[in-house]
Amino acid sequence: MQPNSPDQPPPLLELRDVRVSYGAIDAVNGVSLRVRAGEIVTLIGANGAGKTTLLRTISALLKPRGGEILYDGKSITGLPPHEIVRRGLCHVPEGRMVFANLTVEENLRMGAYLQTDRGVIERELEFVFATFPRLKERLPQLAGTLSGGEQQMLAIGRALMSRPRFLMLDEPSLGIAPLLVKSIFEKVVEINRQHGITILLVEQNANLALEVARYGYVLETGKVTLEDESPKLRANPEVRAAYLGG
Amino acid sequence: MSQIEQQLINGLALGAIYALIAIGYTMVYGVLRFINFAHSDVLMLGAFAAYFLAPLSERVFGPQSITGAICVVVASSALCAGIGMLIELLAYRPLRNRPKLAVLITAIGVSLLIEYTCQHKAVFKAETKPFPRLFPSQDFRFGGLAISSNDIVVLLVTVVLLGILWFVVQRTRIGTAMRAVSFNHQAAALMGININRVISFTFGLGSALAAVAGILYAMKAPGIEPLMGVQPGLRAFIAAVVGGIGNLPGAAIGGVLLGALETFAGGIPGISNYRDGIAFAILILILLFKPAGLLGRVQTEKV
Repeated sequence: MQPNSPDQPPPLLELRDVRVSYGAIDAVNGVSLRVRAGEIVTLIGANGAGKTTLLRTISALLKPRGGEILYDGKSITGLPPHEIVRRGLCHVPEGRMVFANLTVEENLRMGAYLQTDRGVIERELEFVFATFPRLKERLPQLAGTLSGGEQQMLAIGRALMSRPRFLMLDEPSLGIAPLLVKSIFEKVVEINRQHGITILLVEQNANLALEVARYGYVLETGKVTLEDESPKLRANPEVRAAYLGG
Repeated sequence: MSQIEQQLINGLALGAIYALIAIGYTMVYGVLRFINFAHSDVLMLGAFAAYFLAPLSERVFGPQSITGAICVVVASSALCAGIGMLIELLAYRPLRNRPKLAVLITAIGVSLLIEYTCQHKAVFKAETKPFPRLFPSQDFRFGGLAISSNDIVVLLVTVVLLGILWFVVQRTRIGTAMRAVSFNHQAAALMGININRVISFTFGLGSALAAVAGILYAMKAPGIEPLMGVQPGLRAFIAAVVGGIGNLPGAAIGGVLLGALETFAGGIPGISNYRDGIAFAILILILLFKPAGLLGRVQTEKV
């Protein structure tokens, strides 16, 4: 785990020995990790390593069997999902899950569901359009008619509408044209740098993820097997062989 | 000619009532993907609420007062909205993450529980009670057509309620949240939407409409009794399926279509006894060619 030295701020998100199981099958087997405010941390690992399960547990779509999840120094274990969003922790799920039956604009407004101040909602919309200009052109369109890349932009934009402090992104590159992947990752960095939003990034494309993240965790069959600063992970022969294509 | 127009008006009035009920089935299906069989009993409870509130309104507003009638309808709807939300909270919410079959069977159980409790001699008894006249009614004659003011009220109330419903679902925050929940619970939860509250609201809205439908139905029926919801409830359910279950305009169209078919078939001399058979045969034909219903889209099952 990242050292918690006195000159470092306390972590914004901390997982302590989190365990999750589906029935008798353990999916996450005692994971501890820390994400400090303002940084990008990535979680890499093969299919089925438990990355998505972990994110779904943090946003309370799944209940952990054991362990504790602390956000901003307080335990959020056992809170319902909407209470977690209210605290500024927002999750862009795997497969995007945009509301295909709603227009792009309605999707974005749903992202600001907890925000009742109209002025703030309009400002957030402008912020999202500035980040993803393409969404502005598509406002009255049904979200189901967007391309994969546009849907990913919408999913991230929708999450930004809630003015999160902490954003969890699950496989933003999945099923997207390679050219767009690069642009989406640039946006992720922009969101982090310019708006100070802390990001936990789950990605199969380990190369790309380690390029943008400061710190990385390697997850294998529900356990953290390696963790380090990104450059060191990229130099690690085991990581190179298993995740970076040699 | 006037015969056809006459049947059309009768059919529209009956269909409008089916439409109001069908919307409740389809909305609940939209957010929870199961059929709330207790919906037809909420309709009956709405009629009974009005039955008991009518004398009260008469004392306050005088006999057959329009204001009194509106108060009775609003109060009955509010009461039924509460009942619908209570049914969801007590019977369906504990089974939220269980197989759908468990919820479906529970819904049938809730329905039977309400029906037979209400038939008990300490409750409403099994006998038919005459439904009070809530407001003055008269028949208008246009050429050969006889239109009762009741039918006009039914159509007017239905159009107004459908308009309000459309506005709520399409233009308000909670309505958009309902559509979001009907698409995907988890994605909606990640927006900060309190799923339970939205589902509760959906039951309340559907039950309020059912209560109004129950009162309108009771005005046309010879009287009210605890099983009065079964027939219109079943038809409205079928209307919702024919319109495309989960689809709101579909439910309205399905309801009107079913009401019209039933009335027309009933008006043909010699075969009027087979009116239900004819109406349902046509519906079966529709489903044969459009299995997802008139406005429903075929959904591929996610694996």
